[in-house]
Formats: sequence, C-alpha cells, structure tokens
Amino acid sequence: MSLYTLLGALEIGLIFSLVALGVYISFRLLRFPDLTVDGSFPLGGAVAATMIAAGQDPFTATIAATLAGAAAGMITGWLNVRLKIMDLLASILMMIALYSINLRIMGKPNVPLIMEPTVFNLLQPEALVDYVFRPLLLVLIVIVVKLGLDAYFSTQTGLAIRATGSNARMARAQGVNTGLAVLAGMALSNALVGLAGALFAQTQGGADISMGVGTIVIGLAAVIVGESLLPSRKLYLATIAVIVGAIVYRFFIAVALNSDFIGLQAQDLNLVTALLVTVALVVPRLRAHWSGRKGG
Amino acid sequence: MLNVQDLRLTFNPGTPIETQALRGMSLEIPTGQFVTVIGSNGAGKSTFLNAVSGEQKVDSGRIEIDGIDMTRQPVWARARHVARVFQDPLAGTCEDLTIEENMALASMRGERRGFSFAVKPALREEFRAQLSTLGLGLESRLSDRIGLLSGGQRQAVSLLMAALRPSRLLLLDEHTAALDPRTAAFVLELTVRIVAEHKLTTMMVTHSMRQALDVGQRTVMLHQGRVVLDVAGEEREGLDVHHLLAMFEKVRGEEIDDDKLLLS
Repeated sequence: MSLYTLLGALEIGLIFSLVALGVYISFRLLRFPDLTVDGSFPLGGAVAATMIAAGQDPFTATIAATLAGAAAGMITGWLNVRLKIMDLLASILMMIALYSINLRIMGKPNVPLIMEPTVFNLLQPEALVDYVFRPLLLVLIVIVVKLGLDAYFSTQTGLAIRATGSNARMARAQGVNTGLAVLAGMALSNALVGLAGALFAQTQGGADISMGVGTIVIGLAAVIVGESLLPSRKLYLATIAVIVGAIVYRFFIAVALNSDFIGLQAQDLNLVTALLVTVALVVPRLRAHWSGRKGG
Repeated sequence: MLNVQDLRLTFNPGTPIETQALRGMSLEIPTGQFVTVIGSNGAGKSTFLNAVSGEQKVDSGRIEIDGIDMTRQPVWARARHVARVFQDPLAGTCEDLTIEENMALASMRGERRGFSFAVKPALREEFRAQLSTLGLGLESRLSDRIGLLSGGQRQAVSLLMAALRPSRLLLLDEHTAALDPRTAAFVLELTVRIVAEHKLTTMMVTHSMRQALDVGQRTVMLHQGRVVLDVAGEEREGLDVHHLLAMFEKVRGEEIDDDKLLLS
C-alpha cells in the first residue's frame, strides 16, 4: 500500500470520524436510533457543492451545509417528539425525504467540483502537496470538534441532553424539557454529519446523490470499533475512541480493498462494512460468554 | 401549600377494562406539613402522586401549588416547584452520569440551564459537604458513575438531590419500598432529617402502616380514588396499626387476608 493510499484512507477516516461523532451523539448519548445521517451526509455535500459551483465562497458553503444538516436533524427530532412517530421510523421518513430534497438542491444527480475553489485548496500553503495538506487540515478540524463537544457536554445544557438520553423520566423531574433536548441533540448530531458531507464533497471532487448510502452503517461501525478498542464511559475518552474507530475502520477497508490476493473490489465496500459491523457486534457478546459472564 | 380539588381520572374509558382511578380526589396540604399517604393496591396512591407531579394527566379537577395553577403544566415545568424521589432507586438518578453530574443536574432543577460548566469547583465542594452528612463515604467518589452505587446509596443521593434546590412540595413515592429493611430505615431517617432541616411541605406515599403513623404529622388513607380517612394531631397519636387495619377493613367491606403486605 502506497503512502498516497494511506493518506487517502486517513483523509476519509477523519471525515467519517465527524459522522461517527454525530452517530455517537444520537445512538449513544440520546439513544435515538437515527438513520437521518444517510440523508444529511449527502445533504451537506449537495448544499456545499451547489453553492461552490454557483460561485459562493467555500467557507460560507460549508457553514450552510452544516446548518442544513442541523435543520434535518431537528425535523427528525420534531417528528418524534411532537408528532409521536417512533424514533427509527421518523428518521427513515426524513432520510427518504432528503433524497428528493438533495436532488432538488443539486438539480441533477451529481455536482462536480473540479476546478472550483474548496476550503482545502484555498488554505493550502505552497510548501505542502494537496494529499498531505488535506489530512492535516482535517486533523485540526476533528480536534476542534472533539474538544468543542467535550466542553459542550459538560455544560448545563449539554448535561441536560445526556440526562435525557440516559433517563428521560429523571431528566423531566429535574425540570429538563426533554423534547427540546432531543431536538438540540439531533440538530448537533446531524450538523456534524452535514459538515462531514460538505468536506467529503470538497475532497472527493463533488457531490453525488448516492454518496450517502450506508453512511449510518459506516458511522456505527466506527463507534463500535472505537468502543471495543477503547472501552470507556468517560466522555472525553469515548470521543477519542470514536475518532480512532473511524480511522482504524477506514484503514481496515483500505487494506482489504488493496490486497489483490483477497480479490475484493471497490463495489464490495458495503458488504465488507456489513460483515465488519456484524463481527464487532457479536464479538463482545461472545467474549462475555467465554469469560462466563452474562452476555448482553 | 398544595391544594388539590376534585381530581377525576378514568383509564380506558368505554372499554371492558375501564378503571376509575381517581373519583373526586381532594386534598389540601398546608405549607410545611409532612403528610403520609396509605391505601391498598389500586386505591389510587401512585396515580394521585403522578397527577400531582404531572406525569399523569387528569380528566378534570384542579391542582394548585401556592396558588399557582399546575393542572395543565408538563412535568418539567412543575419541577421548578416540585421535587421528587421515585420508588425505583434506579429511576431517580442517571446511571451513565457521575455522582457530581447527577447532583449538578438537580442543583439546577427548574432553573434556566445555560452554557456554563455544570460542575464548578465551588459546587463540587458543596456536594462533597452534603454527601459527607450521609456517612456513606460517597464524598470521595464524586466522579464515580452513579450506576456503580447500590440501590440504597442511590436513594440516599436522590434525597439529597431533591433538597439541593428549594421546592414548594416534596413527593416521595414509596421510596423505601425497594430497599432492604436496614437500608430502608436509614433512608427513612434521612428523609425525616432532610424534611425537618428544609421545612419541606411533603407528601409521602407508603405501603407500610407503621411508617405512615411514625413519620410526619398527618396520615391520609385513600380508597377507590378518594380520601376516606384523614387524621392528624392527637387523634393520630392515639392510633395504632391495628386501628388502621380495622378502618381499612371497614372501608373495603371485606377481610384483609394478606396482613403481611400491610404490616411490613
């Protein structure tokens, strides 16, 4: 495997660590099984690519994509909280609605970004080649997001969101408006996914309507891989674990797809992902079983 | 002061399993009074408590606390005035959060939550001092997950949490029922101490007649969603568990064969 492939895997791994952090917020902190991400990831890409292609500043476009993701998450939360639609179903409804919305935004199935400016080539210094600079900038973004999340979830409102996911009845008895907390958490989660989509479109040469397929599984895979590598209930460790999980997962995929002797090709990506998640879900249970403790 | 007027609630109306849980329940608790509530299974104790806390909406009637109409307010809005300890020791705390995070959450009960850090050094010192009064050694475990604590320890912390903010009403829902006898006695003692310290208006639902007569200043017996007995002062002093049992039998119009349940 070449350095180029390696850095490419790191780059995508870092982008998906943002997705994984979003998935961690919805699945783990809020305990809200949220499939919206399959729609909010391409939504972020669509908004960013369309705006950049229309001549907008890439930074504005990236922020707009993040806000679009937040709005999508908030609508899913609203469907669940106010209209009392089951969480999983609410997110599926939002996901398929976003498919149409994304097509509407782009006006066609894909928007290429070839010569257009991106946040990456605008910030890139002369001394660094693009495939080295991109992962570097992404590392910085991911660190800032991680520290921001750690800080936010230690604040009064952040704690209220965590309490809502952990024990909603208790949270309400402590005066937490749990409906609002779900909305805020879902907005934050999908904002990160929208941001990831925007960055993905800018590193991969454009947005595509099918770029979101399986996002949730990849995000969940990263969370699960991270949790089995670095099991911890402490939030600042858990966020590191999730980021590491996303990068490790991506390397694993890169190795699998680049080893000719296994015979896997790029189109096998989703199958490999599904297998990996299955293994990661089963192993802790088997481990518990073997060590004689109660599984679960 | 809690003022409840003519609460009515029917579960599954118009179906074969229709149940009239509350049938004109009225109760006034003056400020600072500690009232114990007893009643057999299905008498409406829990439903009544849930109605006051807001977890259960009622069909009709009025719930006022210090003159503020609470009847239509959601649980989180009432939390400003109402503190609560649940029967299930696991229900009153967030097991994924640390002891200090749980307490920080409770220290903002009913307040506007902002973007400042939830656990600040000064607050941590206050929690430490509060916890040390329990004598359980929890003051050195502030950053432990509360899920690591035993049920009794969690219930004791829940009580402390309920008193971290001033409240107009404290609701205790059979909060010693799930504990072993020794721990239950400890938690009850702690309850009496905290209620006295903060002069809390308190309503404690209990399944134990002994407890109902021993603590508080007034005892109310519910039956079929209504108050059937309301004793305080000298009349209550003279009462014994046997008297209560006899009254129970009278209102039910039948023998109570499961004395164990009632005497425990």
